[in-house]
Amino acid sequence: MADHSLNDMAAGQRASNDPPKMEARNVDVFYGAKQAIKNVSIDVGMENVTAFIGPSGCGKSTFLRTLNRMNDTVSSARVTGEITLDGDDIYSPEMDVVQLRARVGMVFQKPNPFPKSIYENVAYGPRIHGLASGKADMDAIVEKSLRRAGLWDEVKDRLSESGTAMSGGQQQRLCIARAIAVEPEVILMDEPCSALDPIATAKIEELIHELRGRYAIVIVTHNMQQAARVSQRTAFFHLGTLVEYGDTSEIFTNPRETRTKDYITGRYG
Amino acid sequence: MTPGFILLVILALAVAGWFAGRAKAAAFPRATGAARAHSLPSQHGWFVAIWAAAPALIFLAVWAAVVPGLTLNEVLRAPAASALPAFPMERAAILSQARALSAGQTMPELHPLAASLASVWGAAATRYGMIGLALAALLAFAGGAWAWTRLSPRFRARTRVERIVMGALLGASLIAILTTLGIVASLLFESLRFFSRVSPLDFLFGTLWSPQSGDEGTFGAVPLFWGTIFIGAIIAMLVAIPLGLLSAIYLTQYAPPAARRWLKPILEVLAGVPTVVYGYFAALTVAPAIRGFAATLGIPGASSESALAAGLVMGVMIIPFVSSMADDSIAAVPQSMRDGSLAMGATTSETIRRVLVPAALPGVVGGVLLAVSRAIGETMIVVMAAGLAANLTANPFSSVTTVTTQIVQLLTGDQEFDSAKTLAAFALGLVLFIVTLLLNIVALRVVKKYREAYE
Ligand SMILES: Nc1ncnc2c1ncn2[C@@H]1O[C@H](COP(=O)(O)OP(=O)(O)OP(=O)(O)O)[C@@H](O)[C@H]1O
Ligand SMILES: [Mg+2]
Repeated sequence: MADHSLNDMAAGQRASNDPPKMEARNVDVFYGAKQAIKNVSIDVGMENVTAFIGPSGCGKSTFLRTLNRMNDTVSSARVTGEITLDGDDIYSPEMDVVQLRARVGMVFQKPNPFPKSIYENVAYGPRIHGLASGKADMDAIVEKSLRRAGLWDEVKDRLSESGTAMSGGQQQRLCIARAIAVEPEVILMDEPCSALDPIATAKIEELIHELRGRYAIVIVTHNMQQAARVSQRTAFFHLGTLVEYGDTSEIFTNPRETRTKDYITGRYG
Repeated sequence: MTPGFILLVILALAVAGWFAGRAKAAAFPRATGAARAHSLPSQHGWFVAIWAAAPALIFLAVWAAVVPGLTLNEVLRAPAASALPAFPMERAAILSQARALSAGQTMPELHPLAASLASVWGAAATRYGMIGLALAALLAFAGGAWAWTRLSPRFRARTRVERIVMGALLGASLIAILTTLGIVASLLFESLRFFSRVSPLDFLFGTLWSPQSGDEGTFGAVPLFWGTIFIGAIIAMLVAIPLGLLSAIYLTQYAPPAARRWLKPILEVLAGVPTVVYGYFAALTVAPAIRGFAATLGIPGASSESALAAGLVMGVMIIPFVSSMADDSIAAVPQSMRDGSLAMGATTSETIRRVLVPAALPGVVGGVLLAVSRAIGETMIVVMAAGLAANLTANPFSSVTTVTTQIVQLLTGDQEFDSAKTLAAFALGLVLFIVTLLLNIVALRVVKKYREAYE
């Protein structure tokens, strides 16, 4: 905390009393000539769940996708600045993007299981990364991942059925199981509950609680209550900038910025 | 009185009816609300015009069908006709000379009787022409006048016209369907005649095809079916499936938009090349090259017409077909599948191999089935390059023959129409029709089901 006064700008962006897993410094993202993220610096802690909130179009998804370089798949997107994972620059030429995405997993807004069996969905990642040494090993990985995703008891008797034939909430938990099957260190979730009903949402939130500590988790959400329930740290984005970042309890009870306060109290957004 | 002139008269009456109807409707008192005229003046015009033209045209069609008979009757009743010879051929020849003469044609060797009958013929034709014109004009006028009297501000000309238009469209589509049914029926009928001479079992399972042998020939079609499958479903698909699929993958996943804009139309040009061009390319370029190649390797049985030459060229012809179906299917796989795989750390090629292609597979399979049905019905390439020898062989360098080639072979040249040889062509056509129909139905089912999966 010695550099607190030295680096005023970064002070609020530190993940308090939590070793940073990923650090972003002065990140800009452009789509063609249009700038979607402006000079964002933020730390993502290992122990806490971090929530990104902000009005639609403010760049939450865009910034989230810079953390596992999914923006590489958008040909017009360009990222500048520095983002590190355990201190290694993920945009440096030495960084293998395949390896990076195995370490930084992602769950999407709309559940997107592959049109394969439940088993094959979970086995997909371990298979392409060669993580299992045999059938028994793969079975164990699949079971462990499904258990962690809280899905094992529901699907253990129908592992060979299609992943697309499940309910939306089950599909989303399958996607989470698929992501954790490769033992990532960070899991990014982009509005993982927005396509789900309240009961399925509650299950996912519970799951996030259980996964906390094992993985660094970043979740984008439009739902203030959800951010308050699942996260310990909250970042408020507005028009491509990071307005405020702090403990969730602080942000929701005593925000420093009026823009944050207006958004949280529903005055705009 | 030529039919063209009668048509012109009907048309003129219809145009007059259009103007009359419109003029009457335009003079309706202008009102608003419920009293407002239901239809526009021009719609009233169309109503009158259709009523003027349609009955007269229908009458004309019927009239044109019966007039030749009436005319002939009249000529035969003339005194000069009693001198006609009784022998039918000669009789018909003289009558047709007379008719041609009356129509103003000149001819060198004229039968004297024809000249005298020609004037009778001409007179009769003119009279019936006049009657036809008068009746048609009367009908047109009556129809138009009746329609015209019905016009009133409340009259729903617009709805009527709409209904007539719908009827006309329905008629057009019925003609296409009925024609198809007619063709199928004749195929079926002639095939039944064939099967009354040759047992269907011998035809479908016999392995000797020799239509020229003996009086009746031998019709075991298995070598033909095999040749068709060998060329169209095996060799051609070995070329078309990998090349079509890979080019579709390149175009959808790797090609920059600019390259896609250029490459896709160029690929589709392949589908527009006339098959006869492929045919002589196969016969003159590919086949000799393959024979030379086989000869240098010392492969026995290499002939100048080979299954391989026809199959390879046919495969090339089918590539755009497979590629565009595969392209559609891959493009229909949602982007979220691709993102999901990439986000797991899969590379683009792993994503294609493990997610996109399996997800697109039903669509690709449907496309391949359609391609097969096209390939086995294809005629020109195999006629020119595959040969006529009905060999039952798996050697791609030797000559085989196909169903379509044999149909062409059986029907060209002088044949009595009801010989077993000719009828065999219909039976082959029927088999081909049934197989391609089934392939099409299955393929469309598969493709449709797959489309639904992502909608
Ligand atoms: N592929 C793209 N190409 C061009 N512009 C894009 C693209 N994706 C996003 N944008 C733009 O970038 C800005 C930020 O978009 P982003 O999707 O990150 O917003 P968001 O905060 O996630 O919004 P929401 O809450 O609606 O999901 C928006 O103005 C959007 O129009
Ligand atoms: Mg978003």
